Amino acid sequence: MRKSVAGRLKNALALSYQQNHRRWFLSSSHSRFFSSSPPVLDSAASTSMANSSSSPSPSPLTLQTINPKVLKCEYAVRGEIVTLAQRLQEELQKNPGSHPFDEILYCNIGNPQSLGQQPITFFREVLALCDHPAILDKSETQGLFSADAIERAWQILDQIPGRATGAYSHSQGIKGLRDAIAAGIEARDGYPANPNDIFLTDGASPAVHMMMQLLIRSEKDGILCPIPQYPLYSASIALHGGTLVPYYLDEASGWGLETFELKKQLEAAKSKGISVRALVVINPGNPTGQVLAEGNQRDIVEFCKQEGLVLLADEVYQENVYVPDKEFHSFKKVSRSMGYGEEDIALVSFQSVSKGYYGECGKRGGYMEVTGFSADIREQIYKVASVNLCSNISGQILASLVMSPPKVGDESYESYRAERDGILSSLARRAKTLEDAFNNLEGITCNKAEGAMYLFPCINLPQKAIKAAEAAKTAPDAFYAHRLLNATGIVFVPGSGFGQIPGTWHFRCTILPQEDKIPAIVSRLTDFHKGFMDEFRD
Amino acid sequence: MPLKALDYDSINENVKKTQYAVRGELYLRASELQKEGKKIIFTNVGNPHALGQKPLTFPRQVVALCQAPFLLDDPNVGLIFPADAIARAKHYLLLTSGGLGAYSDSRGLPGIRKEVAEFIGRRDGYPSDPELIFLTDGASKGVMQMLNTIIRGEGDGVLVPVPQYPLYSAAITLLGGTLVPYYLEETANWGLDVNDLQRSVSEARRKGITLRAMVIINPGNPTGQCLSQANLREILNFCYHENLVLLGDEVYQQNIYQDERPFISSRKVLLDMGPPISKEVQLISFHTVSKGYWGECGQRGGYFEMTNIPPETVDEIYKVSSISLSPNVPAQIFMGLMVNPPKPGDISYDQYVRESQGILESLRRRARLMTDGFNSCRNVVCNFTEGAMYSFPQIRLPPKAIEAAKRAGKVADVFYCLKLLEATGISTVPGSGFGQKEGVFHLRTTILPAEEDMPAIMESFKKFNVEFMEQYEDHRGYSRM
Repeated sequence: MRKSVAGRLKNALALSYQQNHRRWFLSSSHSRFFSSSPPVLDSAASTSMANSSSSPSPSPLTLQTINPKVLKCEYAVRGEIVTLAQRLQEELQKNPGSHPFDEILYCNIGNPQSLGQQPITFFREVLALCDHPAILDKSETQGLFSADAIERAWQILDQIPGRATGAYSHSQGIKGLRDAIAAGIEARDGYPANPNDIFLTDGASPAVHMMMQLLIRSEKDGILCPIPQYPLYSASIALHGGTLVPYYLDEASGWGLETFELKKQLEAAKSKGISVRALVVINPGNPTGQVLAEGNQRDIVEFCKQEGLVLLADEVYQENVYVPDKEFHSFKKVSRSMGYGEEDIALVSFQSVSKGYYGECGKRGGYMEVTGFSADIREQIYKVASVNLCSNISGQILASLVMSPPKVGDESYESYRAERDGILSSLARRAKTLEDAFNNLEGITCNKAEGAMYLFPCINLPQKAIKAAEAAKTAPDAFYAHRLLNATGIVFVPGSGFGQIPGTWHFRCTILPQEDKIPAIVSRLTDFHKGFMDEFRD
Repeated sequence: MPLKALDYDSINENVKKTQYAVRGELYLRASELQKEGKKIIFTNVGNPHALGQKPLTFPRQVVALCQAPFLLDDPNVGLIFPADAIARAKHYLLLTSGGLGAYSDSRGLPGIRKEVAEFIGRRDGYPSDPELIFLTDGASKGVMQMLNTIIRGEGDGVLVPVPQYPLYSAAITLLGGTLVPYYLEETANWGLDVNDLQRSVSEARRKGITLRAMVIINPGNPTGQCLSQANLREILNFCYHENLVLLGDEVYQQNIYQDERPFISSRKVLLDMGPPISKEVQLISFHTVSKGYWGECGQRGGYFEMTNIPPETVDEIYKVSSISLSPNVPAQIFMGLMVNPPKPGDISYDQYVRESQGILESLRRRARLMTDGFNSCRNVVCNFTEGAMYSFPQIRLPPKAIEAAKRAGKVADVFYCLKLLEATGISTVPGSGFGQKEGVFHLRTTILPAEEDMPAIMESFKKFNVEFMEQYEDHRGYSRM
């Protein structure tokens, strides 16, 4: 989808305007790590536009005239490699046998149900009943739905004025659902949660955007982000005109996060005149999959408190932990366990219905829990939320179900538990199988996926391959990923989409294809890789 | 010494400047009173189901089946779901890539965008390209996204009607642009005067603003007027000559309460005008499942359609959409159903028609009831609600009332609306939330309260208004001049 930006501007733009624009194209530190090419915006200028009919001007929505921040932002997860894959898929459909593989295997995006993962039955029962409450009055419904799903649907509907699931709700989300979520947070953490701190959103992503909008005043405002990171953060910061301040996770120590690195990057940014406002931590990590140790988390909380940073805790993979020696601890719990309350630390925790064992990406359900902000700031957050009126009700209901699933003794508990454990144990197995497969490949090392849904192997590309990539005007990891796709139909996202230490190359692969597809993926990948190394070995 | 992370002074100024009256002061006060036990009639937002309008049956059946596909395997499913709903659920599930729980294409499911394109084609008589239709989580997100694409800085101006739906003013402020107002003429049925438009444009340009886009809301919100074909042609010509993107907010296209000016889409008029203009004017058209007779606000389903946008720009817009991954899939199905409803001969057709017509006819009656009711009140003048969902009466506040408002530290119409709320429980939005001419005051209410409740509501309003006017008028009565 990305086409090269070339072309001439035919119109008049205010010169002073254009000078302001130049600032937006000066690379911020992230440009070394992401594949964006600076857009072209130039031209003659004239400040007076008194008589519009004098000279033809280009339309407002052309590449040369749209908001430069739009041009600047990137999102590799659905970027170039995916467009290519879709084209190949179309070709396969039209012309079976036109490629050396039968199907495209999308390992680029954390979209479990698109690859065959089944939704949790209980959740869908409740949602269906809430979508069509009229059937609750019919006796036949008892035969089609479990009794506790019916009961839960009634409970939820009673919390919605007029049982109107088609009405805009309170802009933070239905109060009763927020109560359930707060109770779920408290049950998880052992510390109370306030329903008024919760803002239900169409997925976690809009909540992240809201916080970036609140925090970023200009490109002088910086947000500390892990490298590698999930590129929502880089894209959102770019869209809001801020500066991404990278901090590097240490691959050698399992993608460890050290506060001395945070401090170092913070000071470097400050010395460049950047006002660093917040720290993004993704735990469990994406793409890196590490689960932070509690001690590490305490250091991070302390760091934010000392440096006056808002802690933005992306915890959407909180249910995806695959190793017995690690556990998810929310940053809220860690902060409270340190004795830190509302006065001590400003913390925004993000959760979503898209991941975990529920994988309900298409529903767009999620929330942020906002603590440690003054009342006047919270009013502003509410106000911004109100402009969009509210998030989708079905997603809100699902968020409450995720945070308060069936309990021991409930009719659906056993089947819920079986579905949940089945999915999680399968994910753990797939994580291990793929990790081992990568580690068996020449020149590839792969850290364990302790959590989340991805593997992020490091590939030591031979010089020959790097030169070939240069000749093809592609980043070396993209070169590898393209070759892989063309040979096997497997779609990985090049590491440059997430950021990596310059001179190192990675790609991100999800652990989501169904278990029965994994052997084929492993064997095709292995064969391809052998061929690739034979071709390019130094 | 630990530093305070975030204080009010250090947050984004644009956020602080943003206003959105629809859920602002009046709404917050009404919610407080409701908590205290007072009965509140919320007429502040176009939220039909909250005021008793029932969802249409067929779409709810289809989406419920899509939510729980295991029902489709149950031999008893036919006992509570009609066969055509079952068939339609299967149809939509096939269009998804893994059911409702998978991210779709970031632009929305191709199969549904195709249904939308076919709907547009039938409506307008011109083919529409599904690749240029993007589904969004409500039309508001689409508006935000387009304005974000257009606004580069405060030097960029967007023409917005006054009065307007304050999503536009809020979005422009949030994005750091400049709102350039053009006034609708109340005495001419909220008509648009191209001369006034030209004046607004010239004045903005004198201030160094680059005009980028023009918003029209047709049918209007809060004003309800339906634009005539001639009006639309004028507007399109204007955009052509002034090089503006036209943002056509057409979310109320199903809500038409008079027969002289049926809905005609901006796109149809544009294409009717032929080249060069039909090939040059950039147009974005917005629609939703929240309004019409569907009123499915809570689903957050909408779309925008792009006309004459170059492919590279479409790619950039697609890129931004991809950051949000995808619009919610259930709402996409609602959209598909809305543009492709049951047809004659379908099992559910009669019920669908009965339910839809019932709602539309009732809205038409309520539009008339409310307009007449307001016009029968002292110092109140109200244009007829030709379309949309609102009534926007002008309240001629006596000078003493305006002074009292000032003393209370409130804008005059806010003062009136707060008093109305306290006295009657009717929660409206003051006209200042939408914009109005200096010294002229309005309030916006919806026409959505149930028909049987309307007479009592209008009586309640009338009683309050009489008392208010008697309190603040001098003995000679307020002059209408």
